[in-house]
Amino acid sequence: MSDFDANPRTARSAPDRLLAFLGKPRKAIELLLELADDELILGWRDSEWTGIAPTIEEDVAFSSIAQNEIGHARALYELAAAELGTTADELAFDRRPEEYRCAPLVQLRRLEWARTIARHFLYETADALRLEALKASDDAELAGVAAKIDREEAYHRMHAELWVERLRASEDGAARLREAVEELWPYALGVLDAGQRPEYARRVEAAVGFSLPDAEPVERGRHEPELAELLEEMTMVRRSAPGAQW
Amino acid sequence: MGVWEVFRQDRKGQPFEHAGSVVAPDAGLAEVYARELYSRRQESDALWLVAREAIRALEPVPAEFDLSYRRVDGYSLRLRLREARAALGKAESR
Amino acid sequence: MDARTQEFLEHVQSGGQVETADWMPDEYRARLIKFIEMHAGSELMGVLPERDWILRAPTLQRKLALTAKIQDEVGHAQLIYRVVEDLGKPREACLDDLLSGKAKFHNVFHYPTKSWGDVGVIAWLVDAAAIISQKALLKCSYAPYARIMKKVCWEESFHVLHGRDVVLALVNGTPAQRELVQEALNRWWPPLMQFHGNPIPAEEDPSYIWRIKSQANEDARQQFLDGYVPQIWELGLTVPDPKLRHDEATGVWHYSEPDWEELRAVVTGHGPASAERIAFRALSRENVAWVRKVVLAEAA
Repeated sequence: MSDFDANPRTARSAPDRLLAFLGKPRKAIELLLELADDELILGWRDSEWTGIAPTIEEDVAFSSIAQNEIGHARALYELAAAELGTTADELAFDRRPEEYRCAPLVQLRRLEWARTIARHFLYETADALRLEALKASDDAELAGVAAKIDREEAYHRMHAELWVERLRASEDGAARLREAVEELWPYALGVLDAGQRPEYARRVEAAVGFSLPDAEPVERGRHEPELAELLEEMTMVRRSAPGAQW
Repeated sequence: MGVWEVFRQDRKGQPFEHAGSVVAPDAGLAEVYARELYSRRQESDALWLVAREAIRALEPVPAEFDLSYRRVDGYSLRLRLREARAALGKAESR
Repeated sequence: MDARTQEFLEHVQSGGQVETADWMPDEYRARLIKFIEMHAGSELMGVLPERDWILRAPTLQRKLALTAKIQDEVGHAQLIYRVVEDLGKPREACLDDLLSGKAKFHNVFHYPTKSWGDVGVIAWLVDAAAIISQKALLKCSYAPYARIMKKVCWEESFHVLHGRDVVLALVNGTPAQRELVQEALNRWWPPLMQFHGNPIPAEEDPSYIWRIKSQANEDARQQFLDGYVPQIWELGLTVPDPKLRHDEATGVWHYSEPDWEELRAVVTGHGPASAERIAFRALSRENVAWVRKVVLAEAA
């Protein structure tokens, strides 16, 4: 760390440039990375269903959702990369686990359909609130990307809502959904800033039809053990030939 | 679970063609699935979804009598034209 | 053979087509379901060797392309299972038979994947071998199946390009990356040579007699070698068969006789990864069984 350069414009490595931003008041770049990391890790989790979803038709649909999320991550990384003087791939792959800014909600490995739908719905509802704010940003490029993402997310929200309704329509499904939502609610709160949480809770309750338990939010910055595992596997091929073309 | 038939239009102006079918628990998810299966590459300009039960399949009724008066192949002008031309030839040579 | 069946046979052999509601001989229907079901099962099982690499893809672009490719395979399974279902066999029954070993799936999906090199080689060469069979199926006598093959072939062509791109990037990369490709090719060559089946003459192949298939196995294999050996050699890669050569005079490719006993053992569930894959499929199915129950119960 002796040659750590605190100047984001001249610092050499992506991690160094990133560290140079920490400790300052929250800037667009940090928010960008939160969003990008959320979409990347959630996209990775969602793509784990490819080939094994509940029905073949659902498999294809959910895979598109996962791809869209990776696509969003890529667009956001590209914005951040231009600012930091690096590339989207380097931001996506080459940081240390502690440098990722994703919410704990997306890091959880839950290859179970009720939890997957609960997380999908909770995340999309939170993201809608977040994107509303970003679309009004002073930064025209960021606002533009946020608008594009929001237009695609409209389809994700529709899909999540259809499944919430579908599960709520039967006793068994409703029970499973409730259990999953209650389990994930503390993590879901951690996706948003404190100021947005009351509105978030109102929207979720309206959709699921039951009151949410009081919960201690699991805040960003705390990483689940699953994240390090995921990043290890995610980077194993890339690390086998650092700097190579793939 | 129901079966929905999917019709797709390649580009504006083209006819809608049957492309396949999706199985879904309701019309909402059927729409999602049809979109992903038939236009995730933007290969369809428009899609129609029709519940299979709503489609009536008809067998053509075979013709019992001569209906050639309704078709192009029911007409042969050759002989009449020859007659008309021959009559004109005689009239001109008088 | 009774007169009606004979008439049907002549109809299909002279290029005639059959639709779902048409009368068909029992033998035709049975062979058709078996053939199409094997194809559907293969698409579904084919996802398993590749899906591990979605997580490990080394760039965002590769991750997206590989997910899209695998999504296509699932989409193909959907198209093909719909054809089987309209012939009267529900997909759950097909899945039961797949998991019990009663229904087979193509040999190539019984093998493990070991590296990123496999990802390139599978998308490039296994999908290429599959396209050759699928193009021939465009002429299948059973029209609903022939019609979906158009979409299948169109989507597979992107897979081959993707595979070739992955391979080229590796071949142009570090010596270790190049070695990934060669090593993968060495392992995949024997299953590739077995893929199109033993060289039974068309007239003795019941699937051909009924015009379910419209191409003899050996013709398909020769087409594959014609198209892809030159591409392999052009990259400086070697094919692990010392007997492989092209006879310029006859246009025929000569090669070491594949082990047909091994092929039979593999497709009947004794391949290196068969048991593990079937078990994984069974476990995944169990994991989501409640979803089907909940959804069906409500919709009923």
